[in-house]
Amino acid sequence: MSEVSVTKNDEGPAPTGDPLVVLDNVNKHFGALHVLQDIDLTIHRGEVVVVIGPSGSGKSTLCRTINRLETVDSGGITIDGKPLPQEGRELARLRADVGMVFQSFNLFAHKTVLENVMLGQLKVRRKDRASAAKRARELLDRVGVGTQADKYPAQLSGGQQQRVAIARALAMDPKVMLFDEPTSALDPEMINEVLDVMQQLARDGMTMVVVTHEMGFARSAANRVVFMADGRIVEEAEPNQFFTNPRSDRAKDFLSKILHH
Amino acid sequence: MNVLLDYLPQFRDGFLGTLAITGASAVIALVLGVVIAGFRVSPIPPLRAFGTAWVALLRNTPLTLLFLVATFVVPELLFRGASPFVLAMLALGCYTSSFVCEAVRSGISTVPVGQAEAARSLGMTFGQTLRMIVLPQATRTVLQPLSSIFIALTKNSAIAGAFSVTELFGVAKLLSDKGYAIALIFLWVALAYLIITFAISGVFRLLERRMAVVR
Repeated sequence: MSEVSVTKNDEGPAPTGDPLVVLDNVNKHFGALHVLQDIDLTIHRGEVVVVIGPSGSGKSTLCRTINRLETVDSGGITIDGKPLPQEGRELARLRADVGMVFQSFNLFAHKTVLENVMLGQLKVRRKDRASAAKRARELLDRVGVGTQADKYPAQLSGGQQQRVAIARALAMDPKVMLFDEPTSALDPEMINEVLDVMQQLARDGMTMVVVTHEMGFARSAANRVVFMADGRIVEEAEPNQFFTNPRSDRAKDFLSKILHH
Repeated sequence: MNVLLDYLPQFRDGFLGTLAITGASAVIALVLGVVIAGFRVSPIPPLRAFGTAWVALLRNTPLTLLFLVATFVVPELLFRGASPFVLAMLALGCYTSSFVCEAVRSGISTVPVGQAEAARSLGMTFGQTLRMIVLPQATRTVLQPLSSIFIALTKNSAIAGAFSVTELFGVAKLLSDKGYAIALIFLWVALAYLIITFAISGVFRLLERRMAVVR
């Protein structure tokens, strides 16, 4: 045993599960821009992986390729052993198992909060209305917006909308949750209410991929930090080690800019 | 002056004829237009190509030419013995569907792309996403151009009169052929068209007010 090993992360749930999301040598271009370069990443069941890095480093794109909202040019992505299929019914089925939370919430504007959380259960999972509504109310209570169920998204604050979006994704009982900068569009005072929900999810053992600028969340909730820059994964480490003793110069430079001001 | 009162039954028939051909074509145009718009935004290339060809062909062909095709070519190939009304309805409906399609497509592009992404990420298929998420939110934007399109359709239906369909313009032509003063005849005709077109604008104004989506 090395002497630096007694940290909170060693006591937390170790990522011992089997591989759930595997990216194998993934490459993607936007025109001339090589946004993802030779990405290899494995996310285990029950693991919380936080992806950080400067803007334009490809971290959002990486997150979106996992449920094929972005296609890749080469390389393979598998979820629970199944390679991502082409656009179609099979892909839709696979996406149902992958929850996604967007930066701009993307709640369905013409449906109430309750309907937002019910829709996937009804139309994709084919549940009956009563049990879908029951589950939706349960989840809305769990994220603390139960009293807003009959309002429309535009009537809610950003923090409330994002929590509804999390509930909407959870309603599908996903195997993994993707968070694409979930707090970046929020006013500062609303960031914590969303992070608290995510912390709770992480504690409950949900497999999570979180693209974020919230270093506090990365420190406290992540099993592993993935640092990206210029389309590459530059460094992967457990959070304590990454934040106190980053190996790469690129990461040192990044951390010095965001942590000291 | 007597022509207006003496031929009231004919004018009434013409009015009802215009109403019928306009209504029937509008239904066809609306259904086809929405379906073709779905084709044009579909992820399946052959459907997209079909949609593009449909719009390019029908929107750029003079309506009179379409009527000629519908009256003289279509019965030879497809609908043997179809009535002039059915053929006119097909010509007008298909022609107008190309305009409806483009209006719907413009509406679709006003719905933020995140809405469709969220639906797809829940596991909804393309068809479900379009039907349940995108089109309902596009409706409000589409209403305005749609009312113009249907008013144009009402007036375009006059061409059907030249192809043996009983409608307002045909009645006007019949009476003017009998030697009556054309200006007088057009008083009733214009009034009848105005009734229909004002009714269309009214209905759409009502719909617009009721279908606001708060964002």
